[in-house]
Amino acid sequence: MTNNIRFVQGNEACVEGALYAGLDFFAGYPITPSTEVAEHLANRLPAKGGKFLQMEDEIASMCAIIGASLTGKKVMTATSGPGFSLKQEALGYAIMAEIPCVVVNVQRGGPSTGNPTHVSQADVMQARWGRHGDQSIVCLTASNNQDVFEMTVEAFNIAETYRTPVVLLLDETVGHMREKIVVPKAGEIPLVERLRTAVREGVDYHPYLPREDGRLPMSDFGDVHRYNVTGLFHDMWGFPTTNPGVVHGLLRHLNDKINNNANQMARYKEYYMDDAERVLISYGASARSALHVVENRRPRGERLGLLELQTLWPFPDVVVREKCRNAVSVCVVEMNMGQVMQAVKAAVDDPDKVFLANRIDGNLITPTDIRGILRLIQGRGV
Amino acid sequence: MAIKDYIRERFFPHLWCPGCGHGIVLNALLRAVERMGLKKNDLVMVSGIGCSSRISGYVDFHTLHTLHGRALAFATGVKMGHPELNILVPMGDGDALAIGGNHFIHAARRNIDLTAIVMNNRIYGMTGGQYSPLSGYGMLATTAPYQNIDHDFDVVALSTAAGASFVARSTTYHVQQLTDILEKAINHKGFSVVEVLSQCPTYFGRKNRLGSATDMMDRFKETTTPIGSKAKEKDPTLIERGIFVEKEIPEYCAEYDKLIERAMKKGA
Repeated sequence: MTNNIRFVQGNEACVEGALYAGLDFFAGYPITPSTEVAEHLANRLPAKGGKFLQMEDEIASMCAIIGASLTGKKVMTATSGPGFSLKQEALGYAIMAEIPCVVVNVQRGGPSTGNPTHVSQADVMQARWGRHGDQSIVCLTASNNQDVFEMTVEAFNIAETYRTPVVLLLDETVGHMREKIVVPKAGEIPLVERLRTAVREGVDYHPYLPREDGRLPMSDFGDVHRYNVTGLFHDMWGFPTTNPGVVHGLLRHLNDKINNNANQMARYKEYYMDDAERVLISYGASARSALHVVENRRPRGERLGLLELQTLWPFPDVVVREKCRNAVSVCVVEMNMGQVMQAVKAAVDDPDKVFLANRIDGNLITPTDIRGILRLIQGRGV
Repeated sequence: MAIKDYIRERFFPHLWCPGCGHGIVLNALLRAVERMGLKKNDLVMVSGIGCSSRISGYVDFHTLHTLHGRALAFATGVKMGHPELNILVPMGDGDALAIGGNHFIHAARRNIDLTAIVMNNRIYGMTGGQYSPLSGYGMLATTAPYQNIDHDFDVVALSTAAGASFVARSTTYHVQQLTDILEKAINHKGFSVVEVLSQCPTYFGRKNRLGSATDMMDRFKETTTPIGSKAKEKDPTLIERGIFVEKEIPEYCAEYDKLIERAMKKGA
């Protein structure tokens, strides 16, 4: 039992989760505050026969993991803001070509070079909209290292289930702080393995023809089926086409694949929500401070509740609307200028009851910061 | 196997212009593959974006049509994921050496076992005839209407300096030599670069008054010569054809296997 307990940084918890999920190939580039993910994997992956590559830049890292995924490997890359910006084109490619992979972004101060060693949560909208064209993406996050482990495993599972990239948004605070994690035994958390086609050699295999249940079986490069993969609009053989019917169909498929399964992918935690009068919604490091406020004020008679989001995209609007239905006010706690707040406003029945408790100066938002803003919202002044 | 067994007939006719040199490169490539008796399931073609890169759609291999300039980065992932595969990476000149320049240099530096084929027609054809880093001083293009002031660079010298262990050049006129070179390049265990001078009669040719496709191919005959020939001594402006570098040095995947052995021993 005791050798399952580790005291690690969030970045290392992510590494543990990835290895638990079956990560086989990592390509990355050093960038604060994600570098430890690469460094730990440089040590751990080859020791178990896996491959670690430090590529020449962030773009090459993203491209390399896509190539490796096509040979049947579970793959991941890790970066921060500026690297995440560089990866967008290739990330869009992985979405279009439906290639499972996990992209970790340990958020730091931005925009641009920003504040490499300071926290922010300002890449949420970029995770959703950073690429050109209409598409949807899955984006998960975590506020503590045990959840980092679990959400990393979940990211791999969702990537394989839906044949899609998954973004794992962490932040500098969670990435660098040390906390206890318990690494589960093999089999405790079910893993989703690559779904490979049952079509036999010599029979026409269509890489982009969904099964009746909507899933898209894959075939490894090097195996018996040869097909084309492209970022152009393509038919079920993967061959480029501009046929309007095919284009419309593929665009709908790529978006519906994610959006129609929003409920299945909605991960969240709730604290004291049953009779909450004022709801806090938060995620990542901010949620730790938000939880502290709730637990501090409850014994004093304030009916606060916390909805901690772990799935950011597709945005869990049904969950948010339901949980906030009876709330007098909803306060979104985050370290940006209101990115999730926008999504919450669009989801709830009355957008005027949604407020923002934020901090954007590079320091972790504190319970005191949140309480001060709550008092203003409650009309109680400073 | 016949050449046409290596082709995806259902996706023909191809999209290249009449007279385009890329069809000749496809031909030479398939003849080399057929001569080597390579199995289709062991072959991967990873291409970038441009007229050159459309070649991957037409061959019955595992094919990966990637992003402009990024073919070698994707190919590195495929190779490391499944090192036993034979990976061909045809790219355009701008594709490989403008936007793709950085990946080109580092793939060569790693000496990873890929065969990079630079289909050099000195223009961006697919987008309508803009100049590329290989267009050359004084040439005309849609984005160089007052004559290009950019000088080109020598792909062979660049590849050599970056560490490629097999470097060769030929042209679409010299298709027999091209086929031989491609066979050697694919066989070579390490990063192989084959630069093919190819004609784009539609844009580069027309803009620069170079005549028809066959006129342009005749020019390849007139302006190139075998490495170290007497003709080259007499006229240093001639471009040399042949194999410039062919050396046996440690290949990246093989080195990585040794790394894994070391890592596993250390962990044990």
